[in-house]
Amino acid sequence: MKTIKNIKVLVIALAVSLTVFNCSKNEANDDMYGKPLDFSGTYTQEDQMGRPAINTVFVSSGDKDMFNVTVPSAQNAAFQNKFEAQLLALNPDYTTNALTFDASTFTGALATDVLTVSLDGKTTFFDGVNVLTGRALNDDVISVELLLIFGGPDGSEKPNLTDDNVDANDKTFLTSFPYLASPW
Amino acid sequence: MKNLKTILGMGILAAASFFIVAADHIDAPAVQGGNSDITDFYAFQGNNTDNLVFVANVQGLLSPAASDGAMFDENVLIEFNIDTTGDNVEDLVIQAIPRNGKMYFFGPTAPSQTGLSSMIETTPAVGGVVDITPYGTNAITSTKAGMSFFAGPRDDPFFMDFAQYSEIIAGNATGFNMPGADTFAGTNVMSVIVEVPKSMIGGSGTIKTWVESKRK
Repeated sequence: MKTIKNIKVLVIALAVSLTVFNCSKNEANDDMYGKPLDFSGTYTQEDQMGRPAINTVFVSSGDKDMFNVTVPSAQNAAFQNKFEAQLLALNPDYTTNALTFDASTFTGALATDVLTVSLDGKTTFFDGVNVLTGRALNDDVISVELLLIFGGPDGSEKPNLTDDNVDANDKTFLTSFPYLASPW
Repeated sequence: MKNLKTILGMGILAAASFFIVAADHIDAPAVQGGNSDITDFYAFQGNNTDNLVFVANVQGLLSPAASDGAMFDENVLIEFNIDTTGDNVEDLVIQAIPRNGKMYFFGPTAPSQTGLSSMIETTPAVGGVVDITPYGTNAITSTKAGMSFFAGPRDDPFFMDFAQYSEIIAGNATGFNMPGADTFAGTNVMSVIVEVPKSMIGGSGTIKTWVESKRK
């Protein structure tokens, strides 16, 4: 009799643990065995990016790793002078650009590598009217940057350096989420 | 069998990264060609104009052959940073981290600390999870509380005649060709894409935003 009772208790205990198992299995942050996923620990920065090609074009090869581990709020103080030297090395004839920025103003804007994005309307790197209100998939960002580096005050200088003559992606973007085209 | 495939894939990946070692996407020695190497960042208004879309791409210049073996690293956190106050310090983050074939998203939420080190903010009510889309299948997406999520291989949306740019920089050419050649044509990236209601990231006005990869 006592044994039967013990078996009953055992069965109930098993049933309860099975139920608990099944419940926790459906928790969003549990693994397939119902065990909570491990998200603990400290994650340390390796790479960062705001605007396209800034690190590539303006940061010297010896500084590239350091740039990636300098927080944006400290980038201007650490890199503006170096960016200005690099701008003038790329284009010794630089005076101002189509945004009317002189070399120090332009590189001051570039050294803090964050993307400015409007929450109020069209988002584009540059479309002839809107300047830096975001970065859309179709934006020809490299030609915009080339124009600002080499084109002079009205964009007409050095025409062989202000457009790479690649104006669109090799696949059509989707009109809805996830927007990027399927892989090759 | 699966391991062999992975090892082969990694071999091809390594070969590809040596082949185009100086490309735009591979920007710094510490990360180049690795699974924390950010290739691109986009932020744009969604199809639903009440939403903003963030795209982070990593592991650039994946050939179609290498794409099947490409994986997100469970030790690498992708973090979208959002500054709503104009001081270039993140006020909100959206974190994405893979576990067991799924990508988990946390936020937008205020980070417990700003800067170069992060903890994963597992407590916020907002966020979601999506199965990582395998190479060769249709995009798997999920939605939760107005947010949409995707993670997996995609065509690299970037376009540029990087090869000619390099020739100009090296002093071997004086200008671009007409027409140019897209160095990134036919290559893939690993994408993390999240669409979020603007109301969750400041509502209106201007934000500053950037993406970071962080390793445990």
